[in-house]
Amino acid sequence: MWVFLLKRVLIAIPTLLLISVLVFAVIQLQPGGFLENMLDDPRVSRQTVEHIRAQYGLDQPVWAQYLNWLKNIVLHGDFGFSFLNNRPVSGLIWERMGWTVLLAVLTILATWAIAIPLGIYTAIHRRGLAATLANLVGYFGLATPDFLVALLLIYAVLSLGGTNVGGLFSPQYIDAPWSWAKLRDMLGHLWIPLIVIGLEGVAGLMRQMRANLLDVLNQDYIRTARSKGLAERVVLWKHAVRNAINPMISIAGLSLPNLISSTIIASIVLNLPTIGPFLYQSLLDKDQYVVMALLMLSALLLMVGNLLADLTLAWADPRIRYE
Amino acid sequence: MNSPVSSRPRLIDRNGPLYLAWRRFSKNTPGVISAAILLLLYLMALFAGFLAPNNITTQHPEAVYQPPQRPHLIRDGRLTWPFVYQLKKERDPVTFITRYVEDTARPTPIRFFLRQGEPYRFLGLKTNLHLFGVAASEGYLFPLGTDQFGRCLFSRILVGSQVSLTVGVVGVFISFALGILLGGISGYFGGWTDNLIQRITEVLLSIPRIPILMALSTVIPARWPSTWIYLGIIAVLAFIGWAGLARVVRGQVLALRDVDYVTAARSLGSPDLRTILRHIVPNLTSYLIVTATLALPGYIIGESALSFLGLGIKEPMASWGLLLKDAQNFQALGLYPWLLTPGLLIFLSVLAYNFLGDALRDAADVRSLD
Repeated sequence: MWVFLLKRVLIAIPTLLLISVLVFAVIQLQPGGFLENMLDDPRVSRQTVEHIRAQYGLDQPVWAQYLNWLKNIVLHGDFGFSFLNNRPVSGLIWERMGWTVLLAVLTILATWAIAIPLGIYTAIHRRGLAATLANLVGYFGLATPDFLVALLLIYAVLSLGGTNVGGLFSPQYIDAPWSWAKLRDMLGHLWIPLIVIGLEGVAGLMRQMRANLLDVLNQDYIRTARSKGLAERVVLWKHAVRNAINPMISIAGLSLPNLISSTIIASIVLNLPTIGPFLYQSLLDKDQYVVMALLMLSALLLMVGNLLADLTLAWADPRIRYE
Repeated sequence: MNSPVSSRPRLIDRNGPLYLAWRRFSKNTPGVISAAILLLLYLMALFAGFLAPNNITTQHPEAVYQPPQRPHLIRDGRLTWPFVYQLKKERDPVTFITRYVEDTARPTPIRFFLRQGEPYRFLGLKTNLHLFGVAASEGYLFPLGTDQFGRCLFSRILVGSQVSLTVGVVGVFISFALGILLGGISGYFGGWTDNLIQRITEVLLSIPRIPILMALSTVIPARWPSTWIYLGIIAVLAFIGWAGLARVVRGQVLALRDVDYVTAARSLGSPDLRTILRHIVPNLTSYLIVTATLALPGYIIGESALSFLGLGIKEPMASWGLLLKDAQNFQALGLYPWLLTPGLLIFLSVLAYNFLGDALRDAADVRSLD
């Protein structure tokens, strides 16, 4: 197991390096830049800009800039400087990383808690109103972009007279210390982003779980279990579901990129304190170090998530051994 | 059947694989309905200028955020020629919010095949013929309401469909060309070429889609003309999209590489690229068509998401995502729900492509070759 873990980490290093090259190249290709835009302000002279440029080594050749950037990340954990916020990038990102991961993890838990039972239910009751309804929700989830789901939910809440849209807290709780009232207020806001981020996942997982379970239920060992007189409940939960659920873990790993993308879009539309709006704003303002750091981090999140999915699979399925 | 016509070789081979696939497809009701919906949508995009009653850039400052006008058939209890009422502004006595109400004193007949307004281009000819509308002298017709500048949403949706529906098709074509070529080379040659291409696809696949799409779209200079930006967005989508396809093609080519007829072609001296493109790829055709159809919705959603964020298609062009951008303002959304109608078309086209892809897969009976 540890050897496998080590191997995966070692393989990830060259990939991350290549990603860093790509990310850096994309940012270099952007026309203009934050410092360029500063010149629009009449109080800023070209000399000041040149001075800042020299200070951050942005006057050096491109390859030297890249090596500098990489060296600072690897040696000092320093992701550069946010010109927009006038602060180092690392601190800015950590503030938002917590919410991003929390939102993603909560969504994963919620999707599983909803999609797996629904998938099992629709596999057992293939016809009927509930199954049709679940399938409809599934198709809706697959064919509606996240931002549209967000807009529809916002409209629904607004037209029902609600006001708890956007953000994670009502204004009076934003700077308040944690309390039960604040937590309750957050839960009142949280369900919208959870649905927006999770709907597509629920739809996909539900369909997959249904297909897996139907496959498993047709296998010989299920017939054997039934014919030796086991209760249907035992056959279903101990024999069928146990086996149908394992492939879902690797699928959860594969659906991570979508989850991260959804989190970003949903956060922009709903104005949540995650890396989404931060990335968006930095892109618009061409705050290059922030953008590069966030792109690298979203790739890193994805890799860590995939690794966790593989480890979970090994833990859940005794047939899988990583040597 | 003794007529001379039928003695000619039949164009349709009733036992051919294509015909059998067609028979299977035509039995799949959701698939056929989806194909019909898509056909309608694309016809709508083609004839957008003709179907749209108004010019998409003309602003009507006196009709800002006007709700949709409903067509009427009955006036004073009698059936009449279809007409709409003009809307007049009214201030709510309690909330002081301006509202539009139907001005029943001003019924305006809907006219068909109307020549008015700015000319549009259709297949190279310039015309100002519109399928329907109301005479400019008599009032307005906004079937789906107007936006913040008083522009006709219905017309903008129609013209926007030209962008939204073609981005996917063109994007998929480009990524397929890249994916087939690079995936084919990767699977066929193996060794270090394979390794290199695999690493590149891995990099592209290991960054979540939305952030990298957002970053790439900011590379397109904002001062470019809108048609260039349109091409730029397609390029961005294709740049990310080919990696997944290349991986799929590689797997298939790997499985086909050592099949006898490929070995035969090679030993007869067929050059490598020819072997890939003439002998291996044709065998993957049905598989590729299905994959393309199922990949298309991703492009439509990708474009709409970018345009929605203001990073994609720019004014004066229109696309469904860009139109939804107006609904991003919570207050506007609550008061003017018709701004959400472009979303319905995104939903419809994505769903139709998904069903069509599933139906094609069942019809072609494509199994993975490995």
